[in-house]
Amino acid sequence: MGILTEIIHAGNWDEDPTGASSVPVFRGSTYAQNDPDAHPRWDYGRSGNPTRAALEQAIAALEGGCAGFAFASGIAAINSVLLTLSAGDHVVVGEDIYGGTYRSLSVLFRRWNLSTTWVDASDLDAVRDAIQPSTKAILVESPSNPLLRICDLRAVAAMARERGILALTDNTFQTPLLQRPLEMGFHASIHSATKFLGGHSDVIAGVVAVSDPDFAKRLYAVQNGFGAILGPDDSWMVLRGIRSLAARMDMHQRHADRMARWLRARPEIAAVHYPGLEDHPGRDIHFSQATGAGAVLSFDLGDARKASRFLRSVKLALPAVSLGGVETILSWPSRMSHASMPPEERLRRGIGDGLLRLSVGLEDPSDLERDFERALLEAETI
Amino acid sequence: MPIHLAATYRHPGLGRSTGWDYSRSGNPTGQVLESLLATIEGANHAFTFASGMAAVDTVLRLLVPGSRIVVPEEIYGGTWRILERLCEPWGLKVRWVSFRELVERPGGVLAGAEMVLFETPTNPTLLDADPTGVLQVARQMGCLSVVDATFLTPVLLRPLELGADLVVHSGTKYLSGHSDLTAGVVATRDQGLAERIGYLRNTTGAVLSPFDSWLLLRGLKTLSLRVRRQQDTARALASALPGLPGIVRVVYPGRGGMVAFEVDSADRVRTLLERARVWIFAESLGGTESLVTVPASQTHADVDPAVRERLGITDRLVRLSVGLEELDDLVDDLRSALGGEPWAS
Repeated sequence: MGILTEIIHAGNWDEDPTGASSVPVFRGSTYAQNDPDAHPRWDYGRSGNPTRAALEQAIAALEGGCAGFAFASGIAAINSVLLTLSAGDHVVVGEDIYGGTYRSLSVLFRRWNLSTTWVDASDLDAVRDAIQPSTKAILVESPSNPLLRICDLRAVAAMARERGILALTDNTFQTPLLQRPLEMGFHASIHSATKFLGGHSDVIAGVVAVSDPDFAKRLYAVQNGFGAILGPDDSWMVLRGIRSLAARMDMHQRHADRMARWLRARPEIAAVHYPGLEDHPGRDIHFSQATGAGAVLSFDLGDARKASRFLRSVKLALPAVSLGGVETILSWPSRMSHASMPPEERLRRGIGDGLLRLSVGLEDPSDLERDFERALLEAETI
Repeated sequence: MPIHLAATYRHPGLGRSTGWDYSRSGNPTGQVLESLLATIEGANHAFTFASGMAAVDTVLRLLVPGSRIVVPEEIYGGTWRILERLCEPWGLKVRWVSFRELVERPGGVLAGAEMVLFETPTNPTLLDADPTGVLQVARQMGCLSVVDATFLTPVLLRPLELGADLVVHSGTKYLSGHSDLTAGVVATRDQGLAERIGYLRNTTGAVLSPFDSWLLLRGLKTLSLRVRRQQDTARALASALPGLPGIVRVVYPGRGGMVAFEVDSADRVRTLLERARVWIFAESLGGTESLVTVPASQTHADVDPAVRERLGITDRLVRLSVGLEELDDLVDDLRSALGGEPWAS
């Protein structure tokens, strides 16, 4: 089935005898086990819930995977994937990655003896050189957060598979509509479903789709054992959000492309990072592995003072963390998503104090342009 | 029970149905709730509505222009408003009587009426009576009887077992019990009435949503526990009230969790509302938290001031919905909120 059809029908609950157009929200925490000797399909809400299963089935179908998993947040999804590894293992991780992932690896997992080498994932030689005998996984994002750097996903997956290690990616920015990493050889595609999948900034959730049945078993053991599951109401909300994913992404992208070009034409802005721009580094690779540029971009106002003034002046865009909602969200990575990264690490990665990340929403772009124009002038003059 | 949020249902084939077609007409979550409500009411059929007033409104739609309905003046202000402001202009003839008249000589009062609608105990004056006599007379006279049993719930009063044709509830109150949803209920034993109510609800569409149905179902699990505990606390509170500053009269009918009292001045009411910490100054009732209400300016604000005066719903009358807090905290809070300087009025 085509992805547009999958988006509408994936996860529809075949077992439902009522024929309901939408999966019911099963809030039961436990299930009657009428035959004590049989192994029931549903026994306990943490171990499995029909509403959550519908979402899990949907993300597996959209990503072309063999199984899906839903977690209480995007970072719970990433941490659960990393928890399939063991003490003493080593991971190679793209350095320009979500700040929360950086914090997990550099603080929590390090304490448990999982070591990390940070690399510029757009440089394949750097990725290869970082691999050690104890390396068990490579984790990358493409485009990266917040600089939208492009990583050659097929090459990274091939590198991992040659060595028999896991290829993991965070696909939050692109969604399976635009980019399907499992089809390029990845073992797991991880999402903060809070973003474009949920799409309305009204639910916190994480999902993972996996391509390999053995890895699916390992991840299920973590999901059931550690229990960072997504609740039934939120599972239902994410599934509901997914139904309009294609329609939303289509308009998100068109507006993002327009905003990227508008921002680039402004003299106040030092740089605009967006894979849709013709001169964006790695653009050809991006469009060989994705069908769209997505709706997240970043731009540099030069310094913290201007960024702060701009954020104070904008009225229409929501100054906030997060992205992927119907509303335009403007964040300040050095103070928000990447605040958990030490300043010297941030600067080394090119995340300056003047950098702002824009998740372009579904408002009329001319209203956004007017709002930004006024805010840019105020940021310059005040 | 899962929450079926689906609006529509896939049909197995032309002219065939899974039993579910369209959510307004019926949905699996709502049906489970309705069958439980029917069971606890001793009814054969129960219907849920988007609010208590939607339930009352639907029952009133059983009547036609020119129909006569008898209603005691001592009734919830919202019911008063729907009868006086909405139904009368459409040609319904409302005969307002006193609760006492209705209970003492139902034969005379109900003559020529097609429906009688009343509460016991009354809101907020808490006049209480065994409704059996009224219900039996109504039956003999061919007058449909409707009891709003919101205050007592089926735990303490099951009007259908005493001969009522219809029982209505604001499910917002004790039935859900947590002040977190708005709902109404109608229950009956009569197949013909059930068909008419079902038809009206499907046609006018004031249905309860699946999520609120589920939440109400959840509330019902603790209904009996809550109501009995609230009744125990209300009884003890009613005995403690006469000793508190400024209270000149206490009304407690001996059952349920609602208590009323009158104080010596309107200023004291104002101070009580400002100073109360445990008691929450709000409309509604039946929740786990104790609420204090001034009926004259809240629940019965729309009732004709002359009627209010006659019934004793003055600006010195306070209605309490007793929650599940510690009795001592409830009494102490009232004492300190009522106390201090003697209030001149």
